[in-house]
Amino acid sequence: MMRFLLLFSRQGKLRLQKWFTPISEREKKKIIRDMTSMVLARQPRSCNFLHWKDLKIIYKRYASLYFCLAVDNQENELLALEVIHRYVELLDKYFGNVCELDIIFNFEKAYFILDEFLIGGEIQETSKQVVNRCIESSDMLQEDDSSEWYEVELFG
Amino acid sequence: MPAVSKGDGMRGLAVFISDIRNCKSKEAEIKRINKELANIRSKFKGDKALDGYSKKKYVCKLLFIFLLGHDIDFGHMEAVNLLSSNKYTEKQIGYLFISVLVNSNSELIRLINNAIKNDLSSRNPTFMCLALHCIANVGSREMAEAFASEIPRILVAGDTMDSVKQSAALCLLRLYKTSPDLVLMGEWTSRVVHLLNDQHMGVVTAAISLITCLSQKNPDEFKTCVSLAVSRLSRIVSSASTDLQDYTYYFVPAPWLSCKLLRLLQCYPPPEDGAVKGRLVECLETILNKAQEPPKSKKVQHSNAKNAILFEAISLIIHYDSEPNLLVRACNQLGQFLQHRETNLRYLALESMCTLASSEFSHEAVKTHIETVINALKTERDVSVRQRAADLLYAMCDRSNAKQIVAEMLSYLETADYSIREEMVLKVAILAEKYAVDYSWYVDTILNLIRIAGDYVSEEVWYRVIQIVINRDDVQGYAAKTVFEALQAPACHENMVKVGGYILGEFGNLIAGDPRSSPLVQFNLLHSKFHLCSVPTRALLLSAYIKFINLFPETKVTIQEVLRCDSQIRNSDVELQQRAVEYLKLSSIASTDVLATVLEEMPPFPERESSILAKLKKKKGPGAVSVTELEDSKREGGELNGGADRGPDTSALAASNASTPSPSADLLGIRSAAPINVAPVSAGSLLVDVFSEAGPAAPSAAVNDDGFLRFVCKNNGVLFENQLLQIGIKSEYRQNLGRMYLFYGNKTSVQFASFTTTVSYPGELQSHILSALKPPNLQMR
Repeated sequence: MMRFLLLFSRQGKLRLQKWFTPISEREKKKIIRDMTSMVLARQPRSCNFLHWKDLKIIYKRYASLYFCLAVDNQENELLALEVIHRYVELLDKYFGNVCELDIIFNFEKAYFILDEFLIGGEIQETSKQVVNRCIESSDMLQEDDSSEWYEVELFG
Repeated sequence: MPAVSKGDGMRGLAVFISDIRNCKSKEAEIKRINKELANIRSKFKGDKALDGYSKKKYVCKLLFIFLLGHDIDFGHMEAVNLLSSNKYTEKQIGYLFISVLVNSNSELIRLINNAIKNDLSSRNPTFMCLALHCIANVGSREMAEAFASEIPRILVAGDTMDSVKQSAALCLLRLYKTSPDLVLMGEWTSRVVHLLNDQHMGVVTAAISLITCLSQKNPDEFKTCVSLAVSRLSRIVSSASTDLQDYTYYFVPAPWLSCKLLRLLQCYPPPEDGAVKGRLVECLETILNKAQEPPKSKKVQHSNAKNAILFEAISLIIHYDSEPNLLVRACNQLGQFLQHRETNLRYLALESMCTLASSEFSHEAVKTHIETVINALKTERDVSVRQRAADLLYAMCDRSNAKQIVAEMLSYLETADYSIREEMVLKVAILAEKYAVDYSWYVDTILNLIRIAGDYVSEEVWYRVIQIVINRDDVQGYAAKTVFEALQAPACHENMVKVGGYILGEFGNLIAGDPRSSPLVQFNLLHSKFHLCSVPTRALLLSAYIKFINLFPETKVTIQEVLRCDSQIRNSDVELQQRAVEYLKLSSIASTDVLATVLEEMPPFPERESSILAKLKKKKGPGAVSVTELEDSKREGGELNGGADRGPDTSALAASNASTPSPSADLLGIRSAAPINVAPVSAGSLLVDVFSEAGPAAPSAAVNDDGFLRFVCKNNGVLFENQLLQIGIKSEYRQNLGRMYLFYGNKTSVQFASFTTTVSYPGELQSHILSALKPPNLQMR
């Protein structure tokens, strides 16, 4: 299973943190420090996998954001890379050319999308269409019950 | 790119986030945050009830502040209120808040569970999913207690929607992991297995994770899943890329599902049913074949997905370890990856090969790649890849290539990362011992180790080389000569001095004939390092000096002078002082016979298992543990005096814990016969039975032989003493009553564990004596 997923910028600012097991706040902060320093120190042409304690760390950089996923030792590393990629694809479909700012200003949406994709440290749904449909239908529900003026985005 | 969010806006939140980003300093940020917190607090406490939108906005702001890293201690009630709202967005934010800021207030938990219960029974699939996600995210014991029976029902109910089933499966998995005792097997288990046949691939994907975990704990209950998994897998593997529609990922059919199926199969032994097994082998062969086909897409995602399935299939093949043909093919495939352009693949190939190396079918095949691996060790830029290469060399080592591999690992060690040096040292030491045909090679290797990475050579390693030298007559001369030469280097590591001191002390006579290594030369060489060493090393050297006096009487005067000088006999360290004083005295008053007996050559050590293996196992590392275990169980190890190193070393671990069986407190039997495994400071006596009758070279402190007679007149004093233990007695008598205290003092710097004492009463004393044991005050010296 996956243990945690962190997104942070090149300066080490954390943009998203998802923990799949119960961990104390202090422990979380320590892990965040360790991960950011470890990953940011990696050379450009290294492989995407690291060993840390008894976990495997898979990381990949997309533009200005580092995606850092920690999995159990028996997990398949290449698939974990693709989990990261799939999540980026989902964000991209939702926000349209997603960038770091989108995740900063719409952090709660990033968490909602993640919840449709991964639950309890495991993949829930691997079809991009199905996940997108879920997210979009929730958006529909939002538009129904919101009384504020909103921007309608036309998507095909 | 939209800075304004879709849907409902929440302008206030966006403005707040902008403000924070525009803060120029940490202090400004904290100031802004505190201002906002005060604002929110007052709004929450205010008289007017907040509308849903505002509540949502403020709760979201609190969440943001929390995720920035600041503590939040309020807002939970409002979040719980949001949970119970009927508006989807409000619910969503409420759930997110309480999943992230888990609170252990029982009242809140009760309210949250209530809200969840309502959502679960609402029959609205979106609400049900939200609730299930929350349970899966939090997974607390209270939630498990409340919902563990409900969720399996939802999972297998006929009218549950697919999306809800998926969430329910993974939610149940989470609860099972955190509170396995609350998730009871029931009639739902057989129906869960049949989810493997579900039409909806998403449901299968989710269900498989659940089944994999459950079958690890209850293999029999779920063993019907094996044949279902095989048929599903073969359907996917043989499907064209258009069949599975959206479950095809960059032209690879259902990679996640395939890998999960392969992982599930790794929980069980190979299928017994011939037909099932045949289908599975066919599948695996297809996967291996596909790897050779040209790629359908240039994108890295395609190759990653394809290779992910390949690696998982190889893991399964290795796990079964029963199809030689497949194993060899897997090995060849990995061999190709070893030289692939992509670093990731080289890394994974090296890692996978480590496990292949321990299988008897593929061990030889793995060895053919030795040159590639050595090359990787030397030329890879990425340190983690180099480390995998080192692990693989360790795994593939056997008698035929040991010398080559050890040499390569030694040269790698010279430039290796500090963080991995200790592990490398242990591995080299183990290999050198295991595959040594010629023990002088072994001695050379260890001395090289000390020379290259002395700081990382732990005690176990150099104890071991000394044990081996002591036990093997044929290598003693060579060891003495080599050590002598090594000590002549201008800057030699302290561990080298320890080893050298010990070996010259025991076997210096073997090289004393040569004028270049005459006794005085040897002594001067050792003594030149004396002042550079730490206290334990100096103690060892002092012991070596007294041994010299015994071996080479012509050095007696010189050495005595050294012992006599103030820096020794008035040394502030008690151990050194004691040794200097006692050795000096011993050398002056003992006759040559007595001296020779006391300082007799160290007898061979009894057969022990290697403590180095135990130490390596303790270190975390992918190649370290499993490979050694597999190696030991599958192959014959090297020999040490006819014995072989096997498995975990409990005796050495016991030694390091300094556990003592009880020395009998029998006053009339001073020398207790019970052997004790303790690791005292002096060199090499790790394996010596310290309390045994035939006390070897180390001169013990004066044993109070006539000690107990003294107590006829005296009430207090030391009853028994040796290097490890001191037993003191204190008694008081009044009229017909007497009280006797026995004190056991630990003289080592290691804590005694499981220390027990027994008092035995001869004859009628039993009825007259009451004894009570006070819990020991475990102090160390």
